[in-house]
Amino acid sequence: MLKQVLISTAGFLFATAVSLSPAMAGGEAEVLHWWTSGGEAAALKVLKDDFAGNGGTWKDMPVAGGGGDAAMQTLKARVVAGDPPTAAQIKGPSIQEWDDEGVVGPPYHVDAVAKAQNWDSLLSAQVANHMKCDGFTKYCAAPVNIHRIDWFWANKKVLDAHGLTMPTSWDEFNAAASKLQAAGIIPLAHGSQPWQDATVFEAVALGVGGNEFYQKAIVELNMDALSGATMVKVFDQMRTLQGFTDEGAPGRDWNVATGMVMEGKAAFQIMGDWAKGEFTNAGLKPGIDYYCLPTPSDHGYLYNVDSFIFYSMDGKSKIEGQKLLGSLMMGKNFQKVFNLYKGSIPARLDVPMDEFDMCAKGSAADLNYSAMTGGLQPSFAHGMALRLAQKGAIQDVVTEHFNSNMSSHEATRRLAQAVKASL
Amino acid sequence: MFYWLQKNLPRIVISPSFAVILWFVYGFIIWTFYVSFTKSKMLPRYDFWGIQQHFRLWSNMRWYTAVENLLIFTVLFVVLCILIGILLAILLDQKIRTEGFLRTIYLYPMALSFIVTGTAWKWILNPTLGIQKLFRDLGFTDFTFDWLVNREMSIYTIVIAAVWQSSGFVMALFLAGLRSVDDEIIKAAKIDGAGLYSIYITIILPMLRPVFMSSIVILIHISIKSYDLVIALTAGGPGTSSDMPAVFMTQMAFHRSEIGMASASAVMMFLTVLAIIVPYLYSELRRQDASR
Amino acid sequence: MQAADPQLQALERSTSHKRTFYRWLLFLILGVFGIYYLTPMYVMIITSLKSMEEIRQGNLMTLPKEIIFDAWKIAWSGRGYDAGDVFLRPFFWNSTKMVIPAVFLSTFLGALNGYALTKWRFKGDNMVFLLFLFGCFIPYQAILLPMARTLGMLGISNSITGLVVVHTVYGLSFTTLFFRNYYVSISDEIIKSARIDGAGFFKIFFKVLLPISSPIIVVTVIWQFTNIWNDFLFGSSFSFGEAAPIQVALNNMVLTSTSVKQYNVDMAAAFIAGFPTLIVYILAGKYFIRGLTAGSVKG
Repeated sequence: MLKQVLISTAGFLFATAVSLSPAMAGGEAEVLHWWTSGGEAAALKVLKDDFAGNGGTWKDMPVAGGGGDAAMQTLKARVVAGDPPTAAQIKGPSIQEWDDEGVVGPPYHVDAVAKAQNWDSLLSAQVANHMKCDGFTKYCAAPVNIHRIDWFWANKKVLDAHGLTMPTSWDEFNAAASKLQAAGIIPLAHGSQPWQDATVFEAVALGVGGNEFYQKAIVELNMDALSGATMVKVFDQMRTLQGFTDEGAPGRDWNVATGMVMEGKAAFQIMGDWAKGEFTNAGLKPGIDYYCLPTPSDHGYLYNVDSFIFYSMDGKSKIEGQKLLGSLMMGKNFQKVFNLYKGSIPARLDVPMDEFDMCAKGSAADLNYSAMTGGLQPSFAHGMALRLAQKGAIQDVVTEHFNSNMSSHEATRRLAQAVKASL
Repeated sequence: MFYWLQKNLPRIVISPSFAVILWFVYGFIIWTFYVSFTKSKMLPRYDFWGIQQHFRLWSNMRWYTAVENLLIFTVLFVVLCILIGILLAILLDQKIRTEGFLRTIYLYPMALSFIVTGTAWKWILNPTLGIQKLFRDLGFTDFTFDWLVNREMSIYTIVIAAVWQSSGFVMALFLAGLRSVDDEIIKAAKIDGAGLYSIYITIILPMLRPVFMSSIVILIHISIKSYDLVIALTAGGPGTSSDMPAVFMTQMAFHRSEIGMASASAVMMFLTVLAIIVPYLYSELRRQDASR
Repeated sequence: MQAADPQLQALERSTSHKRTFYRWLLFLILGVFGIYYLTPMYVMIITSLKSMEEIRQGNLMTLPKEIIFDAWKIAWSGRGYDAGDVFLRPFFWNSTKMVIPAVFLSTFLGALNGYALTKWRFKGDNMVFLLFLFGCFIPYQAILLPMARTLGMLGISNSITGLVVVHTVYGLSFTTLFFRNYYVSISDEIIKSARIDGAGFFKIFFKVLLPISSPIIVVTVIWQFTNIWNDFLFGSSFSFGEAAPIQVALNNMVLTSTSVKQYNVDMAAAFIAGFPTLIVYILAGKYFIRGLTAGSVKG
């Protein structure tokens, strides 16, 4: 009797377990991201549908807010609990930082897919390196796009009305901005949140300091460059820009600032090319209603590559899910459709650009040129250049300077000090 | 056996809860202390590194801002909440007809989450959208109320919103205290010719000492923990001018890969709580025991 | 302060002019504070009823020209997009599933602990109580990671069960405090006579003490319900996607990373997320004060 009960219970449990486990065929994926609305969500849906179309089971795990700040809490809690998500929206040197903690691999399951599809030949060396773990030898992440950061977004009608053209140097910009300000227009739409201050800062550092300076100071953290006279000049320009913002700037969301440019309340905004989505949603056209041109620099290009990291996993269906995700993310069609929605350009080099708009085409052309001349630099504000501790240290000083009356010399001194303390 | 069980039943009943508290509160505090002595970055690591992280913490400019803000915030928040709470409680206690209605109005903010509070106040305090714009639209073109975007004043906007949320609760505590005061005492004092004002100051309020004490403890615990409100209202800005320890710790631990330093700041917070709360609680318990 | 005796009546009549003045002053002060407390709620509600066009052009205090409920519909049941359409309806139910067991468990255990600590005193009980109390003051961000590890080891890291455990554990400190302070003020004689009648530990608890505990049960339930319903930190750390509680969904809605900010939808969503706790405070506010009077404030 007892035996029978036990057997039937076990049978029942087994049956439930089988019926509860999702489709084994294409694997399962739980994807942590912070793309919850508008074009970003539509872009992600392309991937979801692809995944389901290949027999996979997708569990969505969105945590919005603060450019992923809220999601990091969730992610760490999951990893520490020993139950990381299948893939998470992690980019830049953070990928290697996670790898150092031993939670990404070995065995780096995605690397097999990457080898089979020869990702090395599909990506530029610079982008490919960001995706590799284990001393930059094995793929552990997949890139989905390339955003450019150093953009000027400008309202064409406002510029035309005041007889202005797009500035080609920072001095020209300052002159144009003063003229607009005198006419009662906010020259620079800005939201003074730390990451936005940092976004403006890196565009200025690249433009005023030059490519080599940016590389030395921001990427290599060379102490002489960080505390030198060029850095003082960069902070001087930051102070000038601050004078061109309005008093409502602190804490403003970036898309609200974009809205000010669209309405003609403000003339310029410095922001990555996700801002384009706002213009597109409002039915505005590049070159006709608004300008999208790089901020002044010596053919510099600040890139931000969004990517998904694949943690070390147990269980066949999860590993299958990771492999499927990896290969779909690098798919040619996905890279095209996704980036049409997202406003960025494909990370894959062989995707035809003819369906993209003039901003994206310009971005792709500049990318190739700057890669040859040494102007192609990782964005520090968006976590492509530095590990999180150093990035945070610089960002603290930049935002403190921008939101106070700190002198440029003092800011430069504090910058070097903060970076030293964070190492 | 039965006798033993009966004698120890209270302890047995309480022991599961107690074990849970030991692990989830004290175990975790010890964990945090230990991690503050390690080199932990992205994730916790357990190899001992000495007190380096504490040195790093106390050489960080942001930490000083956070500590200073905590002091400003706590003092203002506690004092204002208690003053407003007492005032409203005394006024409501004057046998007025609309008491139930007014009480509900004063108390309801307590029901809202800090995220909601922060979102609503952020909008009201925003100079280009809120009160300042309202007054300028009305014709007062020189009217300025820009605390939210003024780095010297931003911490006070957090006080405004926090007082808004919590003072009603303090009012409720004091109202409850006043209701438990014997009416006869007041009557007797009135017949002796004492004014209402002096009755409250010299007789009633001193009787409410326990209420003062519980209010202060509750308010201090809110201020040390305050995180959501800061994030929703100023996110620590402009710059880092409205940083608070809980915000600092969260950013270091989760957005900066500085878990070691974050733990060091958490240790400081534990020690602060310990220094404020334990002497108070201990003396209260002694007092209660003595009066039993 | 019923003015029943003649002496007092005479006293009050002589000062009736003064009284009228003070009465007006009193209502003036109460009214000013009423405005302070109501303004944000007023702004939230009227904003949620405006169109985006009107929000951008008008100011925040003016009443809507035309009342529109679109924002409420969008917040509750979405726009009907097939991507990036976050709305609150499914998450409301998640929160309910989490709140009810967590409130019940923490309240029940708190009552039991308070009872054991006050009516069956044992050596070291004050020390035990003190150790419980310190749990009230923990900054939760500090214990997130060891908590995650513990939940992971228990196998409940990504579930409503996990959240119920977390909220029960950190609610224990508060509930024990409330019940202890209430039971301290209840005469030991009741317990003694019940014991003489032969009632045991649990019988006294269920038959004698619980029936007279309703004031403090109301206070505790309101406190716990509000805290658990409004929690964002634990919700976002230990539950995901479709299992997330409502505050996480609200955050996902309000803090979207692209697209034009829809203030009216944000405000409607914030209001919906706060609705259950608001109702509890409005309906049970009276009992809340009564419960506090009944002993929980005695320190």
